[in-house]
Amino acid sequence: MTASNYATERETTEGRVFNVTGGDWDDVVSGVDPINEGRIVVNMGPQHPSTHGVLRLILELEGETVREARSVVGYLHTGIEKNLEYRNWVQGSTFVTRMDYLSPIFNETAYSLAVEKLLGIEEQITERATTIRVLMMELNRISSHLVWVATTAMELGAINMMLYGFREREYILEIFELITGLRMNHAYVRPGGVAQDVPDEAIVKIRDFLTLMPKRLKEYEDLLSGQPIWLERTQNVAVLDVTGCLALGVTGPVLRSAGLAWDLRKTMPYCGYETYEFDVPTHPDGDVWGRYLVRLAEIRESLKLVEQALDRLKPGPVMVADKKIAWPAQLAIGVDGMGNSLEHVAKIMGQSMESLIHHFKLVTEGFRVPPGQVYVAVESPRGELGVHAVSDGGTRPYRVHYREPSFVNLQALPAMAEGGLIADVIAGGASLDPVMGGCDR
Amino acid sequence: MTDDKPSTGGVPVPVTPAGATSGAPAEFPPAAPAGRGMFGNQGSGDVSGFGGLVRPHRTVEDSPRPYGGYFDEVRDALEEAYPAFGEAIEKVVVDRGELTLHIRPERIAEVCQVMRDDPALRFELCSSVSGVDYLGADARRLHVVYQLTSMTYRRQVRLEAAVSAEEPHLPSVTAVYPTADWQERETYDMFGVIFDGHPALTRILMPDDWEGHPQRKDYPLGGVPVEYKGAEIPPPDKRRSYQ
Repeated sequence: MTASNYATERETTEGRVFNVTGGDWDDVVSGVDPINEGRIVVNMGPQHPSTHGVLRLILELEGETVREARSVVGYLHTGIEKNLEYRNWVQGSTFVTRMDYLSPIFNETAYSLAVEKLLGIEEQITERATTIRVLMMELNRISSHLVWVATTAMELGAINMMLYGFREREYILEIFELITGLRMNHAYVRPGGVAQDVPDEAIVKIRDFLTLMPKRLKEYEDLLSGQPIWLERTQNVAVLDVTGCLALGVTGPVLRSAGLAWDLRKTMPYCGYETYEFDVPTHPDGDVWGRYLVRLAEIRESLKLVEQALDRLKPGPVMVADKKIAWPAQLAIGVDGMGNSLEHVAKIMGQSMESLIHHFKLVTEGFRVPPGQVYVAVESPRGELGVHAVSDGGTRPYRVHYREPSFVNLQALPAMAEGGLIADVIAGGASLDPVMGGCDR
Repeated sequence: MTDDKPSTGGVPVPVTPAGATSGAPAEFPPAAPAGRGMFGNQGSGDVSGFGGLVRPHRTVEDSPRPYGGYFDEVRDALEEAYPAFGEAIEKVVVDRGELTLHIRPERIAEVCQVMRDDPALRFELCSSVSGVDYLGADARRLHVVYQLTSMTYRRQVRLEAAVSAEEPHLPSVTAVYPTADWQERETYDMFGVIFDGHPALTRILMPDDWEGHPQRKDYPLGGVPVEYKGAEIPPPDKRRSYQ
């Protein structure tokens, strides 16, 4: 050992390396209790089982207490908004459905409503198409909330709940598969209506689901609602009051769990929600427990809405009558999945040159949308899902921006987590129900 | 690819395409000018979707009063509550049942403050902040769009502030609406608009060292070098050719 106060050094192939030793370093280190006094910075994610996707949290910890929390997003950015500008308006449905992959129907519906508003054809959307949209959205809301309760319960230690939640979600995905041909990425709701009609088997299956689900909800409540660990982990955890929610732009079940009954389906209705009977559940406390109760209650309300929508389903067209806008292809489900209806192909190829030309023009070039801009918002399972769509008069969107509730709500995580325990970061983050595919787009 | 070119980075030099020996052309024929895009259509048709069709740009006009609905009330309330109204508001546009106030960019934070706090306005929630690039249509091409929601009155209004790409500065509204924090970061990331007074204006969706602002209209889609053995994804208009 040299008596020098300078760091020792040695040459390596990478360059000169200094060894930081000597001085009073040992004294300094022995004077610090790293468990109780030191602040350590922990990177949670971007790959972490309890961050709901590739979310990175940088936590500055003092012992187990979170002093500062910062979230880093963008790992799933795929440039969907930019890509939309290079495809025609109908092709947009295929892109936007991939944003928030737990609520694809909402992405599609919001986009379709925006395009329809730009076209000025809201009045021409058929009643059956609108009812099917409501039906699909509410089923999707149930499946999204089921994933929420399943994953959140798993993250807080109730693994069995995860299995049950995904089991019932699977049932809804089967319904979706029956109707749209796909379990996710449906591109089912299109500008002008929906891609094709609901088959009768699906109605039967939805009716079965409506009788099954209330029993299953009871099971979830038996599992979780009275369970002491679940109560410990959720009550008075990650509290955010109405003021905090509004300042940070938080909407959806998190805002309603703080006591404000703000639900766009009631306050700024679209798709005829004002004609349905349902309640907006709220909870006064603004904690994770409240968010759990609100989401379970919302599943019940959605079941009511699905039932009403089924009762209203009268035969009729599911696409606008305007042939300059309506998607010309007829789809049918064959043995290998959904594809073009052979009957329709035979007709346009064999009988009508004009409908072939029309089909070709509409599919390759698309329809023109008058210039202007609109903002349409729907109540997604996570809050206000807004679409700002701008047209310059062409066949492609000039700009489409998604106001994603996952993106906006995640800003509230530091407000929920700072000052609490690190374990409550998981509960708080999960209670926001962020979906990173939607957040990063 | 020729054989005398040395192999770099372990990338195998491709063998001569099978078609070259059988008399078929080994490469695509050079694109004739008339054959650009899908099916050789040029001039009239935007059939490819990538044609780069130039369209006339319309200018947005002031809407005549009365606007109808609650829009007159909102305008009058703002005029009363905000003394600099005439100077700050460039245009009031009503289109498709939506009200858009075009605001001078340097006034945007003040206007938001009034919009939030005035009892007759009460736009408590800033739903969305984003940008639109009107390249070629407007000298101040970068527009920042704010969607405000009044929960008290159940109203919505859009504020729009336009800045130029050379001087893309406007005040941040984060002091009024903290929710604008990430959304302004996204607008900066995507359009390069600089929000003065933002607490930490950094990129949010793109990597920190990214160059350029992808949502600008002069930023190409694709054509970005990929950090993998010198591979490059061509932009979509050069990606395929239907000859």
